[in-house]
Amino acid sequence: MASEAAHGSSAQFSTFFVADLFFGVDVLRVQEVLRFQQMTRVPQAPEVFEGLINLRGQIVTAIDMRRRLRLPPRSGGQTPMNMVVRTEDGAVSLLVDEIGDVLDAEDTTYERPPENLDPAARELIRGVYKLKDRLLLVLDAERTVDLVAERRA
Amino acid sequence: MQDQEVIREFLVESHENLSRLDQELVELERRPRDQALLASIFRTIHTIKGTCGFLGFTTLEAITHQAESLLSQLRDGQRELTPALVSLILETVDVTRRVLAAIEASGEEGPESFGELTERLRAAAQRGDAVPDGSVPESAAGGSGDAPREEEIAKSSAVADANIRVGVGLLDKLMDLVGELVLTRNQILQFNTEREDAALNATSQRLNLITTELQEGVMKTRMQPIGMVWNKLPRVVRDMAVALGKQVRLDMDGADTELDRTIIEAIKDPLVHLVRNACDHGIEVPEIRMRAGKAAQGRLTLRAYHEGGQVNIEIGDDGAGIDAARVKQKAVEKGLLRPEQADKLSDREIVNLIFHPGFSTAQTVTNVSGRGVGMDVVKSHIEKIGGVVDVISRPGEGSTVKLKIPLTLAIIPGLVVNSGGERFVIPQVSLLELIRLEGDSSDKHIERVHGTPVLRRRGSLLPIAYLNQVLGLEAAPADAVSIVVLQAEDRQFGLVVDGIQDTQEIVVKPLGKQLKGLSVYAGATIMGDGRVALILDVLGIGQRSGVLAESREQARAAVEQKTQAGQEQQRLLLFRAGSFERLAVPLSLVARLEEFPRGSIERASGCRVVQYRNRILPLVPLRGVLEPGAPEPAQTDDVVQVVVFNDGERSVGVVVDQILDVAEEAVTVRQKSSRKGLLGSAVVGQKVTDFLDLNEVIRTANEIWFQGTRETAAGTKVLVADGSAFSRGLIRSGLDMAGYRVREAATVDEAVRALEQELPTVVVVAADLPPGGSAALLTAMRRCPEWASIPLLALTDPETSGAADLRGAGFQDCQAKFDREAMLDSVARLASALAQAEPVPVCVGEEE
Repeated sequence: MASEAAHGSSAQFSTFFVADLFFGVDVLRVQEVLRFQQMTRVPQAPEVFEGLINLRGQIVTAIDMRRRLRLPPRSGGQTPMNMVVRTEDGAVSLLVDEIGDVLDAEDTTYERPPENLDPAARELIRGVYKLKDRLLLVLDAERTVDLVAERRA
Repeated sequence: MQDQEVIREFLVESHENLSRLDQELVELERRPRDQALLASIFRTIHTIKGTCGFLGFTTLEAITHQAESLLSQLRDGQRELTPALVSLILETVDVTRRVLAAIEASGEEGPESFGELTERLRAAAQRGDAVPDGSVPESAAGGSGDAPREEEIAKSSAVADANIRVGVGLLDKLMDLVGELVLTRNQILQFNTEREDAALNATSQRLNLITTELQEGVMKTRMQPIGMVWNKLPRVVRDMAVALGKQVRLDMDGADTELDRTIIEAIKDPLVHLVRNACDHGIEVPEIRMRAGKAAQGRLTLRAYHEGGQVNIEIGDDGAGIDAARVKQKAVEKGLLRPEQADKLSDREIVNLIFHPGFSTAQTVTNVSGRGVGMDVVKSHIEKIGGVVDVISRPGEGSTVKLKIPLTLAIIPGLVVNSGGERFVIPQVSLLELIRLEGDSSDKHIERVHGTPVLRRRGSLLPIAYLNQVLGLEAAPADAVSIVVLQAEDRQFGLVVDGIQDTQEIVVKPLGKQLKGLSVYAGATIMGDGRVALILDVLGIGQRSGVLAESREQARAAVEQKTQAGQEQQRLLLFRAGSFERLAVPLSLVARLEEFPRGSIERASGCRVVQYRNRILPLVPLRGVLEPGAPEPAQTDDVVQVVVFNDGERSVGVVVDQILDVAEEAVTVRQKSSRKGLLGSAVVGQKVTDFLDLNEVIRTANEIWFQGTRETAAGTKVLVADGSAFSRGLIRSGLDMAGYRVREAATVDEAVRALEQELPTVVVVAADLPPGGSAALLTAMRRCPEWASIPLLALTDPETSGAADLRGAGFQDCQAKFDREAMLDSVARLASALAQAEPVPVCVGEEE
C-alpha cells in the first residue's frame, strides 16, 4: 500500500475515532459508513462481536473496535457508527466512536509503529502518519477482522 | 433404444460444437498454422466421434473418424492446409449436421451412409499431400453443396434452439435475487397484515403467488438429475471389481431424480466413497458367494427417489452385510466403547458405529478403502448439507446405506421461536412436534433423572434442553412451557423455548467467517421486519446442551431410562446370588446397574469398596449376607455385577452373581419370611421369587453404614397410609432404608386405629386412600386435637389425570407418589420442623 509507493506520492484514508485514537483505513476498502443500526446479538460469540446487521439483504458481522483494541467501553448514551469495510471474506462492519474526514497523507510522513505500543493495538496498526496536528494510525483491516469464534466444548 | 436424455445432451452439445467449428475453420483458413485453433478443431471432431461410438451411431462415427485422421495430420504438421481441405472438412461438418437432424427427428441416423464422403476423406488422409482432383470441384462447386447447408442453418436444430447454456454464476445470482424477493415479499405481507387496505391486500396476495412461482421456477433451473453424479460410478465399480477380483453388477434406479446443483456437488464424493466401500467391504469374492449359495456376481443397487420434500438415496449391496459382532469387537479394541456398554447397544446402533471417526473393520488394508478414513467423512459431509445417514445390515444378505438429503439449501421452511428476548429460526426438517404445557403445574411435567430434565412423552422419556441455558440468555417468566421436539441424527430431544411464533420460508445466509465456528448456528436470515435472526443448528444445540452425547452416554442413559420407567410401572429387578436363584428388589430403589473389574475392588476400613464417580462406593457381597459362613466360590468372571442403591448423598453397591431380568408382572402372593435378609417371597413371572430386605442386607453387612442416619431418623415414626400393598411396600422400603420406623395402613379406618395406638411424627398418605381418599383421613385427624398437629404428606399419582397439588388443602406437603427422593426429603423436613416446634405448613421447593 502507501508505504511501498514512490516518494512524493500520497494515500487517501477514511478516518475515524476510537476513544482518543485517530485511525485511518485505505479509502478504497471502505464500502460505506452508516449510523448505528439495530443489531441482532449472537449469543455464545465472544464479546467483540457486537451483533449482525442487515445491510440491504446482506448479513454483516459488526466488530466493536473498543473491545478489539481492549479499550474501556463507550460511555453510556454514546452510539457507535458503522464503518463497513470490504475484506477478503466479505463486508464487515467496524463499530467506531466517530467518523472523521477523508484525508490525504504524504508518504514522507509515514513511519513504522513504535515498538512499545500495546500488543493489542500493535497487532492491528500497520504504521503511523505524522500529520500536522496529530498522528494518524493506519488500521490493518484484514487483521482486525481476522477473529474466529471458536466452538466451545 | 438408448437413453433419450443422453442423446438430447449429445445433440445440444454437438450443435454448439459444430457452430463453433464453422467459425474456427474459417478462421483457420486465414491462419493455417495456428496450433491452438487446430487443436481445438481436432478436439471437437474427436469428441463427436467418441460420443457417436459410445451411442452406436456408426455412420457418423465413420465420417468423423476419417476427418479426425485428416486433422491429426494437419495438427502434427505432416501436411499443409489447403482451401480444398478446409472445404472437405466443412462438408463433413454439414453432413454431421444432417445426420444429427435425422437423429433428432427419428432417433436413428437415417439410411444415407455418406460412403462417398468417407471415401474422399480417407483418400485425402492417405495421400498425405494433396486433395485428389475432382474432389475439389465437387465440394467447392457451390450449387449442390451450399444449398442444403444454408437451408439447414436457417432451419437449425429445434433441440439446440430450445436450450440455452447459462452460466452457473448467473443462476446463482438469480437465486440470490429470488431470495431477496422472498424476503421483501415477507416484509410486504407483514405490512399488509397491519393495515386494512383491500387494494394492498389483493396486490400483496398476487405478489405472494408470483414470488412463490418464481422461486420454484428459479430453483428448478438449478436442479440437476442425480444421474450426473451416477454416470461415473459404473466405471468406478468396474475398476474396483477388477482390482479386487470380484464380479459386480451395478443397477441404477431413479437417475432422473433431481436435486439442487449445490447438493449434487456436495454428495458427489460421499457417493463415490460409499460405492467403493460397498464393492470393497460389502460384496464378497465369487468363491465365498458361491459357497454361501449366492450368484457369483454381486449386485450393487443405487436408488434415488423423492419423499416428503427430501431426496432419499440408497446404496445397497447383496454382500455379507456388516458383522455386528466384529464391529463391536473393533469398537471395544479401539476404545470407542467399554465392553459392558457395547452389550447394551442394539445391533442397529452397533452397525452405525462404522460412521464413528477412526473406524474401519476391514481386516486387510487395501489400496481402495479400509484406512479408517471415509465413513465418518461421509457422515459429516451429508450432515453438513442437512442430510442424514443410516445403515441397515442384514447379515448374509447385504447392507444398505440410506441418505436423506434436502432438495435445496437456499430457501427452507423454518419455525420462528423466541428465547431470552431474541428470535431464532429452527429448520423445519428437524422439527417433529410442538408441546405446550400450561397451568401451574406446567413445569412439574418436566422431571429430573439424576439432575437431567426429561419429559414423559407417550410412555418414553424425552431429554430436555433449555435454549436460554444453551445460549446463555436470560430466562423469561412464562405461565406456560413451550417445547419444540427436534430430531438430530437418530435421536430426539425437546428444546424449551420462551415462545413459538410461526413457520416461514427463510433464506439461509451464511454467517461471516468469524462466526462460522459457532456450532450452535447454521446460518442467519433476514426476517419480515428487516432484522437478522440466527438459524439454529439442531445437532449443535443438542451436543452443546449434552442431550446428544456420545454413544457411550447413550448406553448409560438407557439404563437410567429403564430405572426411571420402572418407577412408573412398578417393575422388579430380578437377580441371582449364591444358592438363591431368584431374588427381587423394586427397580425404583435401584440407582444403577454397574460392572466393575474384579481388580478395581479395594479395601477400606474392613469393607470392600470401589472408586466410583469420584467417590468411594462400599460394596456388599449379597452371598455373604444371605449365607454367612458359606465358602467363597471360585472367581471365574473378571467383572462383578453390582446393583447400586442411592440414599441421598450416599450410595452402596450390592454385589450379586447375575442380573436376570426386569419383571413387570404384578406381585400375586406374598409370604412372610423369617430368614434374615429377606422380606418374604412371592410369585413373579410364575416362579417363586424371594424379596430382598435391602435395609437388613445393608445393615448386616455394614453396621457403620447407617450410623449417621440412625441418630436423626431413629425413633421418628411414620405412618404410611396407602390402599395399594405394593406401593405401600415401596414407600416403606424407602423410609426403612432412611432409618424411620414405619407403620402401614391400608384404609382410613386402619390408619385411625394406628393413630390411636401410637402417635406418629409424620403421616404419609396416598391421595387415593380408600375409602374417600386422603381428604377423609384429614377430616378424621382434624377431629382429634392431638392428631391435628401431625404433619401430613400427601402423595399423588402423576399419571392420574386431575392429580391436583394438595398443598394448602390441609396437607403440609404434596409429592409425586414414586419420587422417592422428594418423598424422603419432605418427610425429613416435616419431622424436623415438628421437632423444632416451628409452625407448619412447611414449604417444600421443587426438587432439583
